[in-house]
Amino acid sequence: MAEAKAPKDEVTPEALFQRRREFLKDTLLFTATSVGVGAGLLGLVRGGRSEPAPVAAAGRGGVGPDEVDRIERASRSPLSTTETPTSFRDVSTYNNFYEFGTDKEDPAAEAKSLRTRPWTVTVDGEVGKPATLDVDTIIRMFPLEERVYRMRCVEAWSMVIPWIGFPLAALLARVEPTPRARYVAFTTLLDPAQMPGQGRRVLDWPYVEGLRLDEALHPLALVAVGLYGRVLPNQNGAPLRLVVPWKYGFKGIKSIVHIRLTAEQPPTTWSAAAPDEYGFYANVNPAVDHPRWSQKTERRIGELGRRPTLPFNGYGDQVASLYAGMDLRRFF
Amino acid sequence: MSTTRRPPFPWLGPGVLVGAAAPAVAIFLRARSGALGANPIAEALNELGLTALVLLIASLACTPLRVVLGWTWPIRIRRRLGLLAFAYAAVHVAVYAGLDQGLDARAVLADVVKRKFIFAGFAAFLLLVPLALTSTNASVRRLGYVRWKRVHSLVYPASLCAAVHFVWRVKKDLREPLVYAAVLGLLLAIRLVQAARRRAGPAGPQGRVPPPRRTQRHEESTVTSARAQAFWSRAFTAAASVALPWAS
Repeated sequence: MAEAKAPKDEVTPEALFQRRREFLKDTLLFTATSVGVGAGLLGLVRGGRSEPAPVAAAGRGGVGPDEVDRIERASRSPLSTTETPTSFRDVSTYNNFYEFGTDKEDPAAEAKSLRTRPWTVTVDGEVGKPATLDVDTIIRMFPLEERVYRMRCVEAWSMVIPWIGFPLAALLARVEPTPRARYVAFTTLLDPAQMPGQGRRVLDWPYVEGLRLDEALHPLALVAVGLYGRVLPNQNGAPLRLVVPWKYGFKGIKSIVHIRLTAEQPPTTWSAAAPDEYGFYANVNPAVDHPRWSQKTERRIGELGRRPTLPFNGYGDQVASLYAGMDLRRFF
Repeated sequence: MSTTRRPPFPWLGPGVLVGAAAPAVAIFLRARSGALGANPIAEALNELGLTALVLLIASLACTPLRVVLGWTWPIRIRRRLGLLAFAYAAVHVAVYAGLDQGLDARAVLADVVKRKFIFAGFAAFLLLVPLALTSTNASVRRLGYVRWKRVHSLVYPASLCAAVHFVWRVKKDLREPLVYAAVLGLLLAIRLVQAARRRAGPAGPQGRVPPPRRTQRHEESTVTSARAQAFWSRAFTAAASVALPWAS
């Protein structure tokens, strides 16, 4: 210091010089640490999850103008609830469709790979007139109606959805069930190329579901080909799916390719995966809890609070007689 | 020669604090703008709970990192990580009880008693409460190190309950919870093996001047012996060559 040539006041004191360097270094390392920790945590907590896809325009996916017109002109059925429907955005971006991933946002992001035309549905088994029908033929075969139904997921959330479709009973009448037919078995498409989630054995693919024949013939049981006046979005089970509003949502099998009438009770995917948690009937029942969570209440999507869950999802007046004398705790 | 006595890594603690706030800030901002999706409460609960679990596991990784890799700096942020984990767990519980269940004490109690996954989560949270309350240096002095240490070994059952809570919560896809459970299991296994080695091996660490007994008791073996590191290095190489045959 004594040898400094520059005027004294121009020389930064060494201590200050050192502190400045340290300060810069500390600031840099502090920033790097916060960014690293923050990015690491966000990556672990949100990473790999699909962002909600933007709401798709009314997709036609190769559907002919006549079929689109029939879907758009469907009139509201008196079997509809007057409750306010859940927004189209939520209905089309919050889905359980494990064929496209297990997160709720996955189907909306991934289901573009599903080709819904051409598409045929085979109806056979205990029937007088087995048939393989083109989906557009099916859409033209029956008068379409809008049915605004409550949908209660087994995960204790619910929606109100304006479906477009026709009664399953109408389709079954066409194939003339034999007296031996007591159940109806449904199968989803099996094609890992179109349904990437099937590449992983989360469930035993293809997804299968079933109803007792009297349940399937009930006027509330619907085959949906659209919602909100539009062609059914892929993530909601295009081109056609089952809607059974008094049962938990997983009974509503999506993207159906095969309907088979049987004498014996068919296996169903979720009850095969976890028989103590999901039964064949899966009627909405606040008195029978899921072993791991309560079914007493539900969150209606779009609402903050919870509302009580109703027996048979509020459709008890229409369907309770189907189960007269049955122990619903045993046949859950 | 340094002019001031600086604590080492003065940026580390504040950096971790600010970085760890990121998930909370992200949840808050998305909740305000409606970007948390169709079921925002469920999404917030999932993200808060997972952040708590990640931070808790990070706090449990500090000692194994020193044992296996010889890193000492993680110990400096262990308390901070633990407290951050507790903070996230507390907000998680508050959102569950306050927003999800609408502060319905009976519904919460029924959930805790009847639902095994909520029971596990609640147990994890309750076990963390005494740790948060006794996290100060003053508490260590008041309780004495041995007793304090015993209290804080509650972190092991707490972390196991938290991992089980996650595993039991999911409907079917177990991949993610099992990854966390596996990491936790590995961290606990390292501790168990290390404890067994310490009990079986010679009393003092090898190759260095043994620290004074008092320090040793206070710092839970501050010295990492070269032998221990060599052992772990071999163990990891062996494990890696079994798990990742293409790597060898």
